[in-house]
Amino acid sequence: MDFSLTEEQQLIVDTTRRFVQSEIVPLEDHLDPDAGSLEPADHDRLVDTTKSMGFYGLDIPEQYGGPGLDTTTRALMAIEMSQHRAGLYNPCYGVFGGAGLAQLYEATDDQKERWLYPTLKGEKKGCFALTEPSGGSDPARAIQTRGIKDGSEWILSGSKLYISGADKADYALIFARTSDDPGRNGVTAFIVDTDTPGFHVRRVVHTLRATHYATELQFDEMRVPEENILGEVNGGFAIANDRLSRQRIPYAAGCIGPAIRAQEMSIDWAKSRETFGSPLAEKQAIQWMVVDNEIDIRHARYCVLEAAQKADSGERFRTEAAMAKLVATEASSRVIDRCIQIHGGVGVTKDLPLERWYRELRIRRVGEGPSEVQRLIMARDILGGSFK
Amino acid sequence: MGIRLEKAWMDLNSEVIDSLPAQLGVYHVANSDETVLSIGYAGAGHLFGMRTALEEELDLHGSQATKFRFEFTANYRSRWDELLMLHLHDFGQLPSHQQAEQSRVGRLSPD
Repeated sequence: MDFSLTEEQQLIVDTTRRFVQSEIVPLEDHLDPDAGSLEPADHDRLVDTTKSMGFYGLDIPEQYGGPGLDTTTRALMAIEMSQHRAGLYNPCYGVFGGAGLAQLYEATDDQKERWLYPTLKGEKKGCFALTEPSGGSDPARAIQTRGIKDGSEWILSGSKLYISGADKADYALIFARTSDDPGRNGVTAFIVDTDTPGFHVRRVVHTLRATHYATELQFDEMRVPEENILGEVNGGFAIANDRLSRQRIPYAAGCIGPAIRAQEMSIDWAKSRETFGSPLAEKQAIQWMVVDNEIDIRHARYCVLEAAQKADSGERFRTEAAMAKLVATEASSRVIDRCIQIHGGVGVTKDLPLERWYRELRIRRVGEGPSEVQRLIMARDILGGSFK
Repeated sequence: MGIRLEKAWMDLNSEVIDSLPAQLGVYHVANSDETVLSIGYAGAGHLFGMRTALEEELDLHGSQATKFRFEFTANYRSRWDELLMLHLHDFGQLPSHQQAEQSRVGRLSPD
């Protein structure tokens, strides 16, 4: 495959890199090392900048006013946008805007009026509620939240775990079991306003992540109108699964940025730091770590770009997306680990971003489908469906 | 597991603050009626962690602030947000000087 960038892609990459280095990184010098947001005035100013650049709402489809980036260009931007301290979970602190919940682009016209368009205008926020205490890796079978039809309404009861943004959301996309089918054919997606009686955010779930915390939700006999069903009754798992597959490529790309930045920091450090009378860069042990980092970064980048190019060309990309997610999360974790080793004591302090990347990258090997599930997906494709 | 910060109140003065470890964490600062004046965190930006953060609170509130209680945690950002949400749930508003935070704080219904 040809991984060389087009002139336009190179321009976008260079512009994004300059934006991160000149606008985001200097602001971080004045923030708490675990901060997850900019000062409101800085945020608003940078949103105006990204809008003037034509890059606001990166993931919004072109017909809804987005910039219409292909998956490859979006992945290249994700690699650049994550090259700062908060970059893994708050790339550029959200100043490039969000797309809302991608599933809503498939909603009915009425649902779009009620939830999609207000979200695109920044008037409403949504959250995605799939995972439950009973498990997240096999959601089709793990979902125990029940939906029972009662006239023109559905009554939802159950709980969800590790849900980001629910405490600030105006609505949630909730997946519930609505038939006796124990698998993927018994799940329905409901759009539920969070002020619906019975919707509770019970607690913050504290994790290795510095910000963007997760929450635990409980639903006590929530009554949801029939018209709030997204898609077909018992057809919700396809909606959830589509999101999981699409998400893997930008998710993987975002892991590479911190690894690239950490490698640059380590090279500078190795050249300037002296031990036993010579720079670290002259020690074979350090040289090999730097080389292994480079191999991991390039390997991850190639896997991500291959998956993105297949997605752009309309080919099947499930195996490639799973491989990109697996390789990028694991390779970047190894890179950050080596970079901490090269830096020594200062590497584990909050004076540098390495410790935050180390913690937050650990989650990436679990989130959006752990490495083992990615291997399972690839094994099915490589061995054939009969070995499911 | 309770999620509220319900540890015993301690006297807020320089002597007590100096005796604390310089660790990261969260705290309540209150007046003599145990009305919470401030919900804060000691982050990595505070030179001596909890000690520096509480000295700043003492400077901010002066003699009005007489008590505090704290919890050490490396998850000071998410725990701080959680404490703000809990206060909002319990009292309907944040402590007076933190009401600017109210628009960004989420909501919990823990009970």
